[in-house]
Amino acid sequence: MAYDKFTILTSTAVPLPIENVDTDQIIPARFLKATERKNFGDNLFRDWRYNNDDTPKKDFVLNNPIYSGKILVGGTNFGSGSSREHAAWALYDYGFRCVVSSFFADIFKGNAINIGILPVQVSDAFLDQIFKAIEADPATSITIDLEAQTIKLNATGATESFDINGYKKHNLINGFDDIDYLQAMKAEIKAFATTHSI
Amino acid sequence: MSNNPSTLFDKVWDAHVVRKIEDGPDVFFIDRHFIHEVTSPVAFLGLESRGIDVMFPDCTFATADHNTPTINQHLPVADPLSANQLQALERNSAKYGISHWGLGDPKNGIVHVVGPENGITLPGMTIVCGDSHTSTHGAFGAIAFGIGTSEVEMVLSSQCIMQPKPKKMRINVNGKLGKAVTPKDVTLYIIAKLTTAGATGYFVEYAGDVFENMSMEGRMTVCNMSIEMGARGGMIAPDDTTFNYINGREKAPKGAAWDKALAYWKTLKTDVGAGFDKEYNFDAADIEPMITYGTNPGMGMGISKHIPKATDLAGGVATYEKSLKYMGFEEDQLMIGKKVDYVFIGSCTNGRIEDFRAFASIVKGRKKADHITAWIVPGSHIVEAQIKEEGILDILTEAGFELRQPGCSACLAMNDDKIPAGKYAVSTSNRNFEGRQGPGSRTLLASPFVAAAAAVTGVVTDPRELL
Repeated sequence: MAYDKFTILTSTAVPLPIENVDTDQIIPARFLKATERKNFGDNLFRDWRYNNDDTPKKDFVLNNPIYSGKILVGGTNFGSGSSREHAAWALYDYGFRCVVSSFFADIFKGNAINIGILPVQVSDAFLDQIFKAIEADPATSITIDLEAQTIKLNATGATESFDINGYKKHNLINGFDDIDYLQAMKAEIKAFATTHSI
Repeated sequence: MSNNPSTLFDKVWDAHVVRKIEDGPDVFFIDRHFIHEVTSPVAFLGLESRGIDVMFPDCTFATADHNTPTINQHLPVADPLSANQLQALERNSAKYGISHWGLGDPKNGIVHVVGPENGITLPGMTIVCGDSHTSTHGAFGAIAFGIGTSEVEMVLSSQCIMQPKPKKMRINVNGKLGKAVTPKDVTLYIIAKLTTAGATGYFVEYAGDVFENMSMEGRMTVCNMSIEMGARGGMIAPDDTTFNYINGREKAPKGAAWDKALAYWKTLKTDVGAGFDKEYNFDAADIEPMITYGTNPGMGMGISKHIPKATDLAGGVATYEKSLKYMGFEEDQLMIGKKVDYVFIGSCTNGRIEDFRAFASIVKGRKKADHITAWIVPGSHIVEAQIKEEGILDILTEAGFELRQPGCSACLAMNDDKIPAGKYAVSTSNRNFEGRQGPGSRTLLASPFVAAAAAVTGVVTDPRELL
């Protein structure tokens, strides 16, 4: 699945200061019945976002018009639980291109990168600083520069660098994916399979 | 280099690296790929839109489980969306020549139950599936873990994924387990100690005499839950228990191939002196029957204990309070005696024959509590047949229980098996997240013994009193 190239993103952000946000919250299992990747954003955080009668829950951040943007800032251990890539699809379809947290679950992190969402892992202190900045001013602008591997609070200039491996960074900047890479090395894989015994 | 001591994990991982990418992941070869109806359809669409084929269809196995009804499986599936997913799996499998055990097939069942019981899962293999509980197969000394749908497409099209090598953790549990303490309690205990993110970034090896003395069913329960502490997977070195389990199963090697495989499998153990990035030691005597009180599997405790106070926590008080509020619990509350509404036994965690034997050992001669709704769901048709052959069904029926048909069922409540909002369920499954078993449902994770004790008494009960 091709995705948009990721270079520099400057946006306001949506704060979700809850820890251990699991993928069942990001998208509950009953919304995984589609056979196409369409409209998953409608059910993003479904049970936190809507009452049983489908009316919006006023106290949930996605229903608060003062918060918007392409960056979601979550509490530590974001994306734990199920391997459902639908969680990343729902975030992407809703409009998020970056998730910031102080810790990510492995499978979610991989799924996000594979579909063009950049997971940015920051220190606990910097995460706290981001939450406080957004709380003080919901229009807080954040810039994420993938080439430089930095995240900056534009009002204060407070900056932190983040890690990403060179291969994945190259893919995101150029909009390449792993399947392109693997297709180009099929002869090598076939040769490996011939000699590999299990 | 052969004198370098290495771990079981290193031995299996390194044998599957096709190419190492500098400052990037390994191109990692996959021996066995399981698919189910929920996480595969978009991967097949991807193949079609790129115009590429399945590289090795013989290495992928399809079964329908997540979205299947657990009653009246002979009838057409009522929910059109579910029916559509099941049909897509059947159609895609047929199109690409992939083995498919659909609804009604005698081999059908939960993917992590049918793989091992049919001899598809073998030591030393790399195994993936678009399901985080793929870690189950690590019980055989395989490297097994869950992947996303983009990776399902990678495996279909190239039999490889791109995976950075995780760090290594060993968890040793030694000693003698107490009365009514099961593999589920061992894993819930470990997760409570490490927390739900304590093993993120690691691949775990479970070692020590507790695991050496465990059945394959028990080892699968433990490895299954590895993901619940954040680990990508967990594995246990194969031994005679493993080999005896595999020998004779349908797709297991036979004759000379068996002898050759066995010789290799016997080399699959961690060498003395091999290093781990992190190591934990636990004493079996410290573990009692466990139950969870919160909304992640790390929020578990001994069944006789009180719910921890927020002031005892290292941090995360707001999240903790949100969790207790959802559950309708208070700090310092005792769980024993708490009224239960539903009991669910099944899932890839505790849906094997040993689990139903344990459940039956408590309900035998007792009656289901009147107000309890119990869903008893075998992991596969083979398990279902064993339940009948061993007389367990008679015990269940006598006690007022009904047996349902195989599938993931109320573990993730994709089908109609949903716990209603606000109701309490003692479940032998793997996750107690908010709404996991249905919107507003409240899940208490526990062993089959604890589930059985709740089913006959109607409240949270220490199973040691009933055994």
